[in-house]
Amino acid sequence: MNFDDTPQEAEFRATARAWIGANAPKQYEDELRKSSLGRTQLKNANILEVAKAWQKKKADAGWACLHWPKEYGGRGSSPIERVIWQQEEGPFGQLSRMFIIGHGMCGPTMMAFAREEHKRNYLPPLASGEKVWCQLFSEPAGGSDVAGLRTRAEKDGDDWVINGQKIWTSGAHYSDYGILLTRTDPTVPKHKGLTMFFLDMKSEGVEVRPIKQASGASDFNEVYFTNVRIPDHQRLGEVGDGWNVSLTTLMNERSAIGAAVSTGFPELFDYCSSAMLDDGPALEDRAVRSKLANWAVKASGLKYTSMRAISALSKGERPGPENSIGKLVAGSMIQDVATYALDLQGASGVISGSEDAELAGRFQAMLLRAPGTRVEGGTDEIMRNIIAERVLGLPGDIRVDKDVPFNKIPTKGR
Amino acid sequence: MNFDFSDDQKQLRDQARKFLTEKCSPKAVRIVLDGKAPYDKELWKGLAEMGFLGVAIPEEFGGAGAGHLELCVIAEEMGRANAPVPFSSTVYLAAEALMIAGSDAQKKKWLPAIASGETIGTLALFEGKGNPSPKNVKLTAANGVLNGVKKPVADGAIADFTVVAARTGSSGREGDISLFLVDLKAGGVEVKSLTNLDPTRGQAEITFKDCKAELLGAAGEGWSILTQVLDRAAVLCAFEQVGGSDRALEMGRDYALDRIAFGRQIGSFQAVKHMLADMYVSATLARSNSYYGAWALSTNAGELPEAAAAARISATQAFQHCAKNNIQVHGGMGFTWEFDCHMYYRRANAMALGLGSLTYWEDQLIDHMRKKNAA
Repeated sequence: MNFDDTPQEAEFRATARAWIGANAPKQYEDELRKSSLGRTQLKNANILEVAKAWQKKKADAGWACLHWPKEYGGRGSSPIERVIWQQEEGPFGQLSRMFIIGHGMCGPTMMAFAREEHKRNYLPPLASGEKVWCQLFSEPAGGSDVAGLRTRAEKDGDDWVINGQKIWTSGAHYSDYGILLTRTDPTVPKHKGLTMFFLDMKSEGVEVRPIKQASGASDFNEVYFTNVRIPDHQRLGEVGDGWNVSLTTLMNERSAIGAAVSTGFPELFDYCSSAMLDDGPALEDRAVRSKLANWAVKASGLKYTSMRAISALSKGERPGPENSIGKLVAGSMIQDVATYALDLQGASGVISGSEDAELAGRFQAMLLRAPGTRVEGGTDEIMRNIIAERVLGLPGDIRVDKDVPFNKIPTKGR
Repeated sequence: MNFDFSDDQKQLRDQARKFLTEKCSPKAVRIVLDGKAPYDKELWKGLAEMGFLGVAIPEEFGGAGAGHLELCVIAEEMGRANAPVPFSSTVYLAAEALMIAGSDAQKKKWLPAIASGETIGTLALFEGKGNPSPKNVKLTAANGVLNGVKKPVADGAIADFTVVAARTGSSGREGDISLFLVDLKAGGVEVKSLTNLDPTRGQAEITFKDCKAELLGAAGEGWSILTQVLDRAAVLCAFEQVGGSDRALEMGRDYALDRIAFGRQIGSFQAVKHMLADMYVSATLARSNSYYGAWALSTNAGELPEAAAAARISATQAFQHCAKNNIQVHGGMGFTWEFDCHMYYRRANAMALGLGSLTYWEDQLIDHMRKKNAA
């Protein structure tokens, strides 16, 4: 049992470290290091532009999308090299956030299902960040129940005509392309009537409207489709096989091993290390210590769970299902951590404006953004179902709509 | 990076599981649970024959000279089987104290006897209520004899010898405490068994009356040695707790698959599925923290105190969580003496206290994190 790199890993790490040291946008390092959930922004620069510039620089030197094949803009690296890169990239990895969906989900789906010419045309600019992609799955009527989506695609000559509405589309407002899951046959049970496409987000009839979140910020969008035409050659997978195609996408989302999940703990420990309470330093308060200890072991438990998965990768094994706990644990933890940080501030915790609030409102911003972490990318309840069914082998939920034609499923509770 | 046990160590774990499945069935555990024997002597003998008791004891002292990682995988299986033997007292506490601080003569006298299963050892630290702290040590040592009362002492009624924490000074500092070795068969002690939460592991009160004792380690070094022993034992116990957590989770899962209510497997109800998923989360966090503890223990890393505290807290919580909800999944039957659920519930809650309660370990963890942060 050790944490040492193999000689090849050490060599890769040294090369990556040297390149990052010489090329990363160091002027933003401090701000990126201090960013936390609900607070990733740069004071004097547009973070999207900084992120795109860093991604392009990486791509030109062969450091973008490390695990992708070279011909599609990647480096052809092993999974463990990708993890080492992430470790070395450190705070600059924050700049990859706007590419996560494209690189983690859209790219792999294109690789698995698009025509060769499309792969060669679309994947390299996706890898280099010159083109940004989004994923259009969720709908007002299909959140956790994605297969309940209603956006229609109807064949018209060599094209498909799309009508409907998507929601919770991250980054749609700055995306160039998207992968889109549609219903092509409402007369068969819901999982069987779906088809996947990719499309140009600048197509006529696509309208993107930002959603104002409960936090006040807008990271997500509603996307409306009115008679949008998509050529058939942009179909991904067979007609009616969209559900299986989407599973590839979602599996890639969950297999992003080593991607750090935010727990809020380092921020809270840092805060408590200097905060004074009425009776003295926060870190000497018995109640504070107990709370911190309980969160500390969750944070370290997640860290070492991820190390175990990385070790499996390092040995060329497939990591086990342990990693599915990351988002579930971190999501509710960061919410509790933020709540507690405000509790320590007493009545003044209510002040959230960055000029007047404690720590410029870091924990207030975290609190307001936190509810979303327990919903996005699979709700806590869906994550628990996944663990129960795929890890523990418990029965799937009883699905009363499974064998019913989609257009016969009730649409209103009462 | 290889943050995992080696193939040889995994093989040893499989071997231990196979052995314990055969020799330490719930039926065998129940003989001790029902008070028909103070511990499972046959199993103890078997563990010695398998080389498990001395796995981390150097060869020159009669052990296998393997190491602590090997001991960790065996500990996990001991916890999974809920073994009714004085393994943790003898191997994690007494033997570790001897290996850290014992003279050559002391090691020669006791370690081979531990490895061969002839001798049971323990640690007498607590004196009634309270967590490990120098100020809670009232028992005195003067002129080579001990006077005072220790309780609870794990496996005290069946132990042949014990390490004793005694007061040798009155400055009010850690240096007041020294450790001693006492041969419990040589007189000067009264031993009384105490009814406790987990009848498969005995607890006792030991009264020392002008009891002859031999210094273990340097005078005044007792507390420093003791904290090292507790850190090591915390990691090893964490593996027992991880093994127990996994077993309790499996029992709950299996029952949820077998039991039908309202016309379906109860494991198909989300309330039950999600409860089991949460148990899996706790057990996984505990396992990962314990692996880090194992790494720190086996490399004698400076991180050991922090890693041990994290493993201890995480594994204690996981075992309590899994054992408690295993009963809940079983419903009324889980609350009967007949079903095995309560054996794990009892063990989980007894183990949560044995090396000092969570309060103590939370303090340890934060103190060490604070030191590291300041450095």
